Amino acid sequence: MKAPLSWILEHVDVPAGTTTEHLTDRLTLTGLKLEAVVSPGRDITGPLVIGRVLTMEPEPQKNGKTINWCTVDVGDANGTGEPQGIVCGAHNFEPGDLVATVLPGGVLPGGFEIGARKTYGHMSAGMICSSRELGLGDDHDGIIVLPADAGEPGDDVRPVLGLDEETIEFEINPDRAYALSIRGIAREVLVSVEGASDFRDPTDRTPPAPNDEGHPVVVEDAEGCPVFVARRVTGFDPTAATPDHIVQRITAAGMRPISLAVDVTNYVMLETGRPIHGYDADKVQGAIVVRRARDGERLTTLDGTDRALDPADLVVTDDSGIIGLGGVMGGETTEMSDTTTSILVEAAHWDAVSMYRTGRRHKITSEAGKRNERGVDPTICEAAADRVVELLVEHGGGTADAGVTVVGTPPAMPVIEVAGDLAARVSGMEISEERSIECLRAVGCEVSGSGTLTVTPPPWRPDLTDPQDLTEEVIRLVGYDHVPSVLPTPPSGRGLTRSQQLRRRIGRTLAGDGFVEVVTFPFVGTTDLDDLGLPADDPRRDLLRLSNPLSAEAPFMTTTLLPGVLRTAGRNVGHGNADLAIFEIGTVTLPRHSGPAAILPVDRRPSDDEFAALDAALPAQPLRLALVAAGDAASAGWWGPARPVTWSDAVEAIRSVAAAIGLEVKASSADLAPWHPGRCAELSVDGQVVGHAGELHPTVCQAFGLPKRTVAAEVDLDLLIERAVHLRPAPAFSSYPVAKEDVALVVDASVPAADVEAALREGAGELLESIRLFDVYTGDQVGEGKKSLAYALRFRAPDRTLKEGEAAAARDAAVALATERTGAVQRA
Amino acid sequence: MSGPNTDYDPVEVTPLKAEQVDEMREAALAAIAAAADLDALKQVRIDHTGDRSPLALANREIGALPPQARKDAGQRIGQTRGAVNQALAARQAVLEAEHEERMLVEETVDVSLPTTRARRGGRHPITLQSELIADLFVAMGYEVAEGPVVEAEWLNFDALNLGPDHPARSMQDTFWTEPAENHVVLRTQTSPVQARTMLTRKPPIYVVCPGRVFRTDEYDATHSPMFHQVEGLVVDEGITMAHLKGTLDHFASQLFGDGITTRFRPSYFPFTEPSAEVDVLCFVCRNVEPASCRTCRGEGWIEWGGCGVVNPRVLTACGVDPSVYSGFAFGMGIDRSFMFRHNLEDLRPLFEGDVRFASSFGTEI
Ligand SMILES: [Zn+2]
Repeated sequence: MKAPLSWILEHVDVPAGTTTEHLTDRLTLTGLKLEAVVSPGRDITGPLVIGRVLTMEPEPQKNGKTINWCTVDVGDANGTGEPQGIVCGAHNFEPGDLVATVLPGGVLPGGFEIGARKTYGHMSAGMICSSRELGLGDDHDGIIVLPADAGEPGDDVRPVLGLDEETIEFEINPDRAYALSIRGIAREVLVSVEGASDFRDPTDRTPPAPNDEGHPVVVEDAEGCPVFVARRVTGFDPTAATPDHIVQRITAAGMRPISLAVDVTNYVMLETGRPIHGYDADKVQGAIVVRRARDGERLTTLDGTDRALDPADLVVTDDSGIIGLGGVMGGETTEMSDTTTSILVEAAHWDAVSMYRTGRRHKITSEAGKRNERGVDPTICEAAADRVVELLVEHGGGTADAGVTVVGTPPAMPVIEVAGDLAARVSGMEISEERSIECLRAVGCEVSGSGTLTVTPPPWRPDLTDPQDLTEEVIRLVGYDHVPSVLPTPPSGRGLTRSQQLRRRIGRTLAGDGFVEVVTFPFVGTTDLDDLGLPADDPRRDLLRLSNPLSAEAPFMTTTLLPGVLRTAGRNVGHGNADLAIFEIGTVTLPRHSGPAAILPVDRRPSDDEFAALDAALPAQPLRLALVAAGDAASAGWWGPARPVTWSDAVEAIRSVAAAIGLEVKASSADLAPWHPGRCAELSVDGQVVGHAGELHPTVCQAFGLPKRTVAAEVDLDLLIERAVHLRPAPAFSSYPVAKEDVALVVDASVPAADVEAALREGAGELLESIRLFDVYTGDQVGEGKKSLAYALRFRAPDRTLKEGEAAAARDAAVALATERTGAVQRA
Repeated sequence: MSGPNTDYDPVEVTPLKAEQVDEMREAALAAIAAAADLDALKQVRIDHTGDRSPLALANREIGALPPQARKDAGQRIGQTRGAVNQALAARQAVLEAEHEERMLVEETVDVSLPTTRARRGGRHPITLQSELIADLFVAMGYEVAEGPVVEAEWLNFDALNLGPDHPARSMQDTFWTEPAENHVVLRTQTSPVQARTMLTRKPPIYVVCPGRVFRTDEYDATHSPMFHQVEGLVVDEGITMAHLKGTLDHFASQLFGDGITTRFRPSYFPFTEPSAEVDVLCFVCRNVEPASCRTCRGEGWIEWGGCGVVNPRVLTACGVDPSVYSGFAFGMGIDRSFMFRHNLEDLRPLFEGDVRFASSFGTEI
């Protein structure tokens, strides 16, 4: 809400010397937040004074123009009292006129500095100003000629032109709809600024009593439209201009001047908060009926939009059909025009919820709708209509009809019972019951009783419905700045949950391994999944769709973190970060197609079953980890050559994460998009598949702008974390000597090394302390389709030194089992 | 070795003459002194003390001397050999020390050479900021509560006193999911976690809920469709606005520095009543001559978040008896807190994942 200060102060007095800053500070502290103070003259500095034109000599110039060489009396403003010589190109004035004169040293909007300068053969010392030069509008047909009573030469011209008028812009919270009016803001000034007094309510007037001679109105839906007031002005001059002060004020308030009739309705809306609609009375046919729309009805509204109406929309009709969307926007057929001489003024109170729904349904936001949907004082319809009629008659030369139609009565305000000490208990401040009552009365409530107060809020405060609402009124007037600062004493906490601790540990592990964490948006489109090379029946294509995505290309919640990290990796490569390793930890959305999440009642706790059903209706949202690495894992340098990233880095990163939480990962070969079919590992823990890792498919690398051989992994962290080892027993070390045995086994190339190792472990028995694969060889020496795996085995007993041949026997048993299980042949 | 030849006729044995032994000694000592390195000294040792050295040969001849001369010669040779060995040992020590010193000099490297072979990792600054905030509250005895981002409409709105026609719903630019009749949204705030907490545990409740939230804001320097919030909720007997103020003052001083306090301004949130906007004292200028301060843009205070006393309607919907318990709640933007704490004017680097951004923060902030 933008409110000209002079308009506010027309309705309330503040102590002399109250600065705008003090006023807005106080209002901000009681709940009307200052957004900005603007003033049309804020960019003008230096002497800008009233001048009286003494002489003007027209001087034709070679370029065809005629300039006027003027002498202007500026009083003592120039320091000498002598007339000022000024060249002026305009001709719309004559000697004796008062004009706005800027003297040397002044600065006009745009940083235009005024000095004495030689021009057209004269020393021109200043400038006679047009509206545009002062930033007051686009009118530059001539200079501003001031009214004869504007003041004396040398007086500051700013107040005369409204250049020093300040307009305050407030942020109005939804519960303070009354402050969408000068009336409401002035009332806030009264209760917020110390010493403010004499609130003059613009609706405090005595409108003529209702009678049966007014325009006939029938309200069929009294719940939707509890009050409907109609007045009529005839003989109105459609060419009458809107007075300057109205134009200035509604412009300052952010509305566009249109015509006197429209401007007046807007002016009264801004002043009282009550939206008013004006019809061209000659176009209204027969009685007005207010009802809900019927299926299939349409209306072309003032904005030229043809709208299909909903049976829940409130409409205003006449014999011709629908003439307006009640409280939201009028219709085209009865619109006021530049030939309108009869005006039907409507001031009606509408049901706020209905207004909100209609506005949302038709996507209409208007100044009227904004007020109607938040709630307007229902008792001021007659006064507001009367004020409109008064202004139309005063400025448009019409006559007010004697007929006054008033249908319905304002709904009663609720009566609220509130404990007299509630404000004190809620705020932690010492607020007496007397102080509470005083504050409630200050905001307009009627209060009676003691101990338990019986409170009736004022009609302009539909937001006050609960005891707690009343405590806020008391506390804000006592002052939020007086709330003491006291730390509560929580019971002993349990700290982070184990899952929270492990997630942090996982992040730190990855960062320690050289991975950089990224955060990406979870929105994807089918292109992303196509780029991953997912087949048509891949479960990751079962996506939750957003009704209102920001981008039509990404309307889904993702089922995998890979598109986000791969795009991010591609962007990094594009930025020249070629050697990179990134990871993301976040949830994915896996639809469960389990039906609606009920809208439960709010007047009680839902049952455990209801709450469980709510959760079951939501998609599964497991926590995932995805990572990508490309380029070199270790760079080339004086120490030697680079080590490029390989598929094994992706697997190892996950092994490292698992190890950090006490788990061991088993890798086995798999074929899953987006990985290379021969270089994809399925990762499992205790037999549970937790994810995949490996080298990306070349076409995937290409699709995401990544170098060939980029590697990636995605695992389910929930599955990992729930398996994390909690209490690990301390290890026992043997200090007896170790016996080392190496074996090299030749197997078919297709045999997984993990299987060979498992067989060796099992076959070696309890004496085996560790086993390590130290070489993998393929080539002529082992033959086509074969590979040689070389293992270092360490044997040790916990309680003795191994006997001669004991380790060798264990080794032989290991090899024997590997041979049996995998066809391994020991290399000579 | 043969036994003493007592019948041997004493004759002069030339190499055992005193002068000659002295010559041997002088020659040996001179050679030792002249040995320039350990290899040379090794040769000197062989030449002057080895089996074929004059001293060794002379020693062998002692046996040929008559008994009385044998004693003299033996003594002379023995002393000489002792002196030579001593000199050798001394020279050896000197040369070894020299050698070691030379080796150390030769092995000198340029320690300013780059040593970074592997990439440096880093955690996302928003993760770190969230953890830092969570830790501040955990230190006070709070616990960290969590909930899903794809959330039931009822929990995101209705349970928080935002009924279907509440004007405040239009303030929240909500992402809705299909089909609409499923009533599932992307949470617009972390407050549904507060509702979940009240629904699943009994007071006293002291929790913070950091997490991702979504609004249909176009992505630009100051808006993002996804951002991070932290909310706090306390439900206990006798909780007042004063406790809220105390908690936020403490939070502010922990996050921004000693003496940084908060300021409340009346505001409106459906789930709290009374509600307040929280401003935090500018930690750069501390509202002392703020006009030139870029952090607070001349205000002296920075808008930080919202808070209030939990609306009894919310307590009721979440199964907490408002006649016994009261509570407070607050919420702040984590991204926003990070931005002004770290002087970041454009939020997009937070979500664009350039590794140079996050890696610069390492693993803690
Ligand atoms: Zn500052």
